[in-house]
Amino acid sequence: MADTARDAPPEQTDFHELEDGEELFPEPATTQESQPASLAAEDISTNSNGPKQDSLFDDDPEDLFAEATEEVSLDSPERDVLLSDGPSPAITPITPPTSVITPRIGHTHDDMFTHSSFDEIEEEEGGDSFDIHISVSDPEKVGDGMNAYMAYKVTTKTSMSLFKRNEFAVKRRFSDFLGLHSKLASKYLHIGYIVPPAPEKSIVGMTKVKVGKEDQSSNEFVEKRRSALERYLMRTVKHPILLKDPDVLQFLESSELPRAVSTQALSSAGLLRMVNKAADAVNKMTIKMNESDAWFEEKQQHFENLDVQLRKLHTSVESLVCHRKELSVNTAQFAKSAAMLGNSEDHTALSRALSQLAEVEEKIDQLHQDQANADFYLFSELLGDYVRLLTAVKGVFDHRMKTWQKWQDSQMLLQKKREAEAKLQFTNKPDKLQQAKDEIKELEGKVQQGERDFEQISKTIRKEVSRFEKERVKDFKTIIIKYLESLVQTQQQLILELVLEKLV
Amino acid sequence: MSTEEVKETASVLSVHDDSIKVTEVLKEGDTLTFIIVSQKLSGTGEYHVDRTYEDFEWLQQHLFSQGDVPGIQGVIFPPLPAKPQVNASPRSIKQLGFLALGECQPYCKALETFLQQVAAHSILSKNKAVEVFLTSSDPPGRQKVKKNIFNRLSQAVEEMRKEGHKDVDEFFQNERDHNLILTGCTKTAAEKFLDVVATEQKIAVACGHFSTALHLCVEPGEDPDKQAFSRVCVKLSEVFESIKKNMTSVAENNVNTLGLGLDLESRYQEAEREMLFRRTCKLVELENAQRNVEKAKPVKKAAMEEVKKAAETEFEHTSGVAKQEIARFQGARVEMLQQALVGWCEKQLLTAKESADQFNQHLEVFRGMA
Repeated sequence: MADTARDAPPEQTDFHELEDGEELFPEPATTQESQPASLAAEDISTNSNGPKQDSLFDDDPEDLFAEATEEVSLDSPERDVLLSDGPSPAITPITPPTSVITPRIGHTHDDMFTHSSFDEIEEEEGGDSFDIHISVSDPEKVGDGMNAYMAYKVTTKTSMSLFKRNEFAVKRRFSDFLGLHSKLASKYLHIGYIVPPAPEKSIVGMTKVKVGKEDQSSNEFVEKRRSALERYLMRTVKHPILLKDPDVLQFLESSELPRAVSTQALSSAGLLRMVNKAADAVNKMTIKMNESDAWFEEKQQHFENLDVQLRKLHTSVESLVCHRKELSVNTAQFAKSAAMLGNSEDHTALSRALSQLAEVEEKIDQLHQDQANADFYLFSELLGDYVRLLTAVKGVFDHRMKTWQKWQDSQMLLQKKREAEAKLQFTNKPDKLQQAKDEIKELEGKVQQGERDFEQISKTIRKEVSRFEKERVKDFKTIIIKYLESLVQTQQQLILELVLEKLV
Repeated sequence: MSTEEVKETASVLSVHDDSIKVTEVLKEGDTLTFIIVSQKLSGTGEYHVDRTYEDFEWLQQHLFSQGDVPGIQGVIFPPLPAKPQVNASPRSIKQLGFLALGECQPYCKALETFLQQVAAHSILSKNKAVEVFLTSSDPPGRQKVKKNIFNRLSQAVEEMRKEGHKDVDEFFQNERDHNLILTGCTKTAAEKFLDVVATEQKIAVACGHFSTALHLCVEPGEDPDKQAFSRVCVKLSEVFESIKKNMTSVAENNVNTLGLGLDLESRYQEAEREMLFRRTCKLVELENAQRNVEKAKPVKKAAMEEVKKAAETEFEHTSGVAKQEIARFQGARVEMLQQALVGWCEKQLLTAKESADQFNQHLEVFRGMA
């Protein structure tokens, strides 16, 4: 996991392609162009601040298409298939992924990871109102047998200047989504951002699809997944920081995407495992964090409670969905038996009435199914999403503890080194003394950084939690309104059916 | 089942058959007591009696044992619902079907229908037992009635074979065939409808649980975000209470209209089947008697002839009454089912409109929530 793999702050390059004639420091409102970006030559610089995150991104400013060719030559059968799949006309031609550093960030790029830059991003956001809608559609089976996969069309509609066009679409597969999440998690989780978890992997579900089982359950699976992917993307772009992340932009815009290699990539189950491991590690140190900030303690408790409540609600809704499906089945069976009764009936008027009853009941069955779907896709999935989101929330809280721990460790080490240095003062080992002094200087820097990191993550978490709570209320309200609308519609359709039945 | 006949002829019964109501049921330990109210024909008031299920069975036994009434075997006896139990076993619940649902409303309605139909029946209403049952303040005698000549259809195999015996009369053969089909179809439809209602009730319960669980999400505190979420939970909880109410009404409507209708139809089809079987048995008896006459030695011939004549008479009477009963039955059941369907449609329509209004109100509340 990226978190443990590197000590240096992760690479962050915020790519933003400049349009033709666009100025270096553009006004907030910019026009959308649909041709491939050409780049102003004078501002090309890449940010190399520590180990590269993605080896595919080339340093060479001259050959901006190097990466593009590299990507294309990542020849795997799927890639060919994707290409020959007949991309929708909305797909942009291959665009170079690297580009100029957006001037908004450029002048602070050395400080990229003192996160204050993120604050600036957020504040500057005011110029571009949040207007983006992503839909995931047209699931298409690609390939055969166990190598087959589903390709989904990801369509983005937006008026934001962040994007080159107002409407565009790309094809993505499930592992691409996991790959995106993995990248975002590795970049942002450990500094306190609540990164929405990717949808669950499902071996059983996918195997059915691969094997070619065209039945209702595998169709339901595909639909469930499609919906989950859509919600995942919308949640991700709703986050002001994540929206501007180059990986996100690339995911949405780029017609070709490097195949996510590690698809033991972070599904939310994986995330949970990682969080638990981190939590265990913290506990093992048997150091109780001195929680000077009651806010964090209270919030953690609050989220624990919320987790319990949401799980209960989720179970409750699942039971409801189950019963509704049962009702649909029973209604259909009754409709059949009523039809049979109508057929056996001699008396003409009664026979007709019974047959009509059967028809009405069939329509009611359909309504029940629709209602069951609403129950499921609106509530059940919403609650499930939030249970998984809370995992990410817990994750950032745990990361904060780890950050604190790291800081404390540095402090303790510094203390030891100082004591050692003090002792060395009385020995005649000048080079050892110098070494000690050097080490102390380094450690002092580390301690300072540790403190800064801790303060930053605490600050970020506060903001994130506030945003999360607001989003939660909005989310629930939106879903509830949708649900009520579906309820009203169902009733009205039922009324219609019954009125018709009455008239005849 | 038409009330005119009762009023035209001098009948023993002194109450209006359509005024008979089972108004309530009292529970004492394991016994259920039904309160039956009926209006006096004389217009001077009403009778209040309390009866247990055993009393109903007493009445039925008396009706069955009217061996002296000619053609009694051709009567389609109004079916008595199965015995209710306070702590019902799953089997008895299954047997009762729709009548086991709800508090006692469906079951009481079924008992009421039974009494009304007995009281309205031109032959049956003349039996003293009916008057006693409806008007006597004392419970009718619980003494064992003489063994009745009617056997329930769940008989030995040989009896079952008789059921398939070919008829001499095309009208009756058709009726028998048709009845066989309809009995099966009706029973199936009633069972499937019962499943629907049972699931509706489960959904109502699940909604109730969800509604309660939402209340647990309400958090105290000044935090505006917390308050906002709590408000959402409370309002959503109300929504699910509405959904629960809607489901409960839908289930109740189903039971009280179509459910009862299908149940009654199903039991009546069985009653017709039993009557037709009795007649078929009489036919078999007659044909046996005819054969015996032919086979009889001259010494016995006269006696056999007597037996044959008696069988013939009984068969004719039975067939005569049966034809009348069938005509009346067919008319009544069609009307009953049509009314059930219309009633179902009207009640569900009303419930749907009410629910649509309620859901709309909730929708407005949520839309208006800042």
